[in-house]
Amino acid sequence: MALLDIKDLHATVDDGDAGPKPILKGISLTINPGEVHAVMGPNGAGKSTLSNVISGRPGYTVTGGSVTYDGVDLLEMEADARARAGLFLAFQYPVEIPGVATGTFLKTAINARRKANGEPEIEALDFLKLMKANAKKLGVADDMLKRPVNVGFSGGEKKRAEVLQMAMLEPRLCLLDETDSGLDIDALKVVADGVNALRAPDRGMLVITHYQRLLDYIVPDVVHVLADGRIVKSGDKSLALELESKGYAEFTGAAA
Amino acid sequence: MAATQDTIDRIAEASGTYKYGFVTDIESDKAPKGLSEDIVRFISAKKNEPEWMLDWRLKAYRHWLTMKEPDWAKVGYPAIDYQDAYYYAAPKSRDDAPKSLDEVDPELLRTYEKLGIPLKEQEMLAGVAVDAVFDSVSVATTYKKKLEEMGVIFCSISEATQRFPELVQKYIGSVVPYSDNFFATLNSAVFTDGSFVYVPKGLRCPMELSTYFRINEQNTGQFERTLIIADEGAYVSYLEGCTAPQRDDNQLHAAVVELIAMDDAEIKYSTVQNWYPGDETGKGGIYNFVTKRAACRGRNSKVMWTQVETGSAVTWKYPSCILQGDNSVGEFYSVAITNNAQQADTGTKMIHIGKKTRSRIISKGISAGRADQTYRGLVRMMPKAEGARNYTQCDSLLIGDTCGAHTVPYIESRNPSAQVEHEATTSRISDDQLFYCLQRGIPEEDAVALIVNGFCKEVLQTLPMEFAVEAQKLVGISLEGSVG
Ligand SMILES: Nc1ncnc2c1ncn2[C@@H]1O[C@H](COP(=O)(O)OP(=O)(O)OP(=O)(O)O)[C@@H](O)[C@H]1O
Ligand SMILES: [Mg+2]
Repeated sequence: MALLDIKDLHATVDDGDAGPKPILKGISLTINPGEVHAVMGPNGAGKSTLSNVISGRPGYTVTGGSVTYDGVDLLEMEADARARAGLFLAFQYPVEIPGVATGTFLKTAINARRKANGEPEIEALDFLKLMKANAKKLGVADDMLKRPVNVGFSGGEKKRAEVLQMAMLEPRLCLLDETDSGLDIDALKVVADGVNALRAPDRGMLVITHYQRLLDYIVPDVVHVLADGRIVKSGDKSLALELESKGYAEFTGAAA
Repeated sequence: MAATQDTIDRIAEASGTYKYGFVTDIESDKAPKGLSEDIVRFISAKKNEPEWMLDWRLKAYRHWLTMKEPDWAKVGYPAIDYQDAYYYAAPKSRDDAPKSLDEVDPELLRTYEKLGIPLKEQEMLAGVAVDAVFDSVSVATTYKKKLEEMGVIFCSISEATQRFPELVQKYIGSVVPYSDNFFATLNSAVFTDGSFVYVPKGLRCPMELSTYFRINEQNTGQFERTLIIADEGAYVSYLEGCTAPQRDDNQLHAAVVELIAMDDAEIKYSTVQNWYPGDETGKGGIYNFVTKRAACRGRNSKVMWTQVETGSAVTWKYPSCILQGDNSVGEFYSVAITNNAQQADTGTKMIHIGKKTRSRIISKGISAGRADQTYRGLVRMMPKAEGARNYTQCDSLLIGDTCGAHTVPYIESRNPSAQVEHEATTSRISDDQLFYCLQRGIPEEDAVALIVNGFCKEVLQTLPMEFAVEAQKLVGISLEGSVG
């Protein structure tokens, strides 16, 4: 069974007084367990919108099509239930939560899952061990775990913290929205290693990026080009290289 | 004292015609409804009080008759009929108490569970008549004895009036005079009980005065009076209240708390107030009009008020510090949560009299539902307050768009060398923050609790550890149903 099956998905964003504005205009995409899909495309094409709609962010309305996750209708589920079912979004712009330590936040998230599964809360010591081990792998300093979620983190630190959370929560479907942007060259490698370590036969990933360089590290099974709310081309890794040299002119021209 | 003598004379005169107008039997458990001089005398007689205490009560009562209920606070409630209330009732007999937790309101039990209160304590809080309660009382008695061996006096104010009358007489009303304000004056006339603490010179009280209090708080009545004295170089941390919701048949509560810190003494006073707020419309909720004031009398003395206010239908409360001693310090940390139809007008007063006195005010207000909340704070620098400083930070968090938050700072400086700094912010829980938490699998209510706890962190971390954990849970519970 496909892990994620998107069929002819249409969605609008609620644009205040201007009313609903169509952004996704018929997207179809299937991710099987173990696969990594990359999504590339010009600014404003709808890439973040796609990941937001999949994860159930308020402010969007699905006007057509379906999204099935592991055989169940994802669109029927609340955002938190989707997350507990194994869906993780690494945010393009991670959000600050003042006064809430990163460690506390993660522990709350882990325990929310456990509670939903009828399991007891994680032991404080086990949690600390797990967090330290993951933090070390991703080059996240211990003191950052004590700091409030994303508050005062540099752009790169925020992205690392997102991947740290992803590693801790062990999702089945990872959506990474420009996790590479803002990372220096060394950090890119560290984060990519972290993501690769999570590649597993039962786990799928959707990696949104503007840079083919990331795909040198996280080698995708499929590359999609998303322009003006539609997937206009799909191919293997070489498609990314092709885009790098030619740009999106041919697609945006066609879409406009 | 001439004035006192005068009063005594007048009372003596009056007592010629004195008689209990309502009942001749002093053994009666209950005074009839209404407020009169007879009632005041009855209460005093019930407590076997010395003459001076009765005089003081009567002075207060007569003064109260000349006063008007204040209406400047930003709270609205139906007029209180002071003649339609009981002012004295002996604690309920154990025969009326529930026999087991099965007889207790399940809603209440659900909350106890969420707060993680152990079963035995649940029984105690719900007033279940079982022997377990008495086990804990005897534990408390043991602590009390230990404290007394060290010289710490910690008992009910009634007991203190009997055993240490000179201490009580010296300090009661010395911070909050009987004529202070409408509610404090009423309290002075009819207070039924409360706590008394005296920590002698140079002693650091080794334990939080809390366990005992939690057990014995039941039935202290609606007019509670607390008096805490830390003598030179002494330290004490006192904890009032309880995170478990408290119900009371009496709607009006008017407590008075007086703190006195001598040279180099320090008092830390923490409150968690969770009186019944009423139903969603506020019906049946407690009106809580409290006067709390500390006198930092000595040099280098320090008083720290921490309050977590989540209950009551109406809260009117301004824990204050009078910074008399040079170099004395006053601190006020407050979290006030109002949900549904709750109203709170709360804040503090810092009166700087001595040189180089310092004060710090951190207030975090959270409003949800249709609740209305006002921070009202006064910082006054007197002419002699050379080099005094104040820092005030007032943050409001709004949940939803039908609630209100107001900040009313009064700053009066009569000394040019004094510094006053005031910062205020108002924010909302953003949709982005909420979604970020949801996306990590955290349910909406837990997410709100988490974000609000983060917002209050600076205040909550000033609470004693064990209490802080419960207070965090309470924050979440208080906001249930405020989103979605
Ligand atoms: N709340 C909103 N109100 C109005 N328009 C919106 C809103 N959210 C998104 N849009 C519009 O939807 C379109 C798609 O945005 P989206 O963020 O999905 O693009 P993207 O492909 O992720 O771009 P980028 O590469 O710049 O991140 C854009 O034109 C954007 O302006
Ligand atoms: Mg984007």
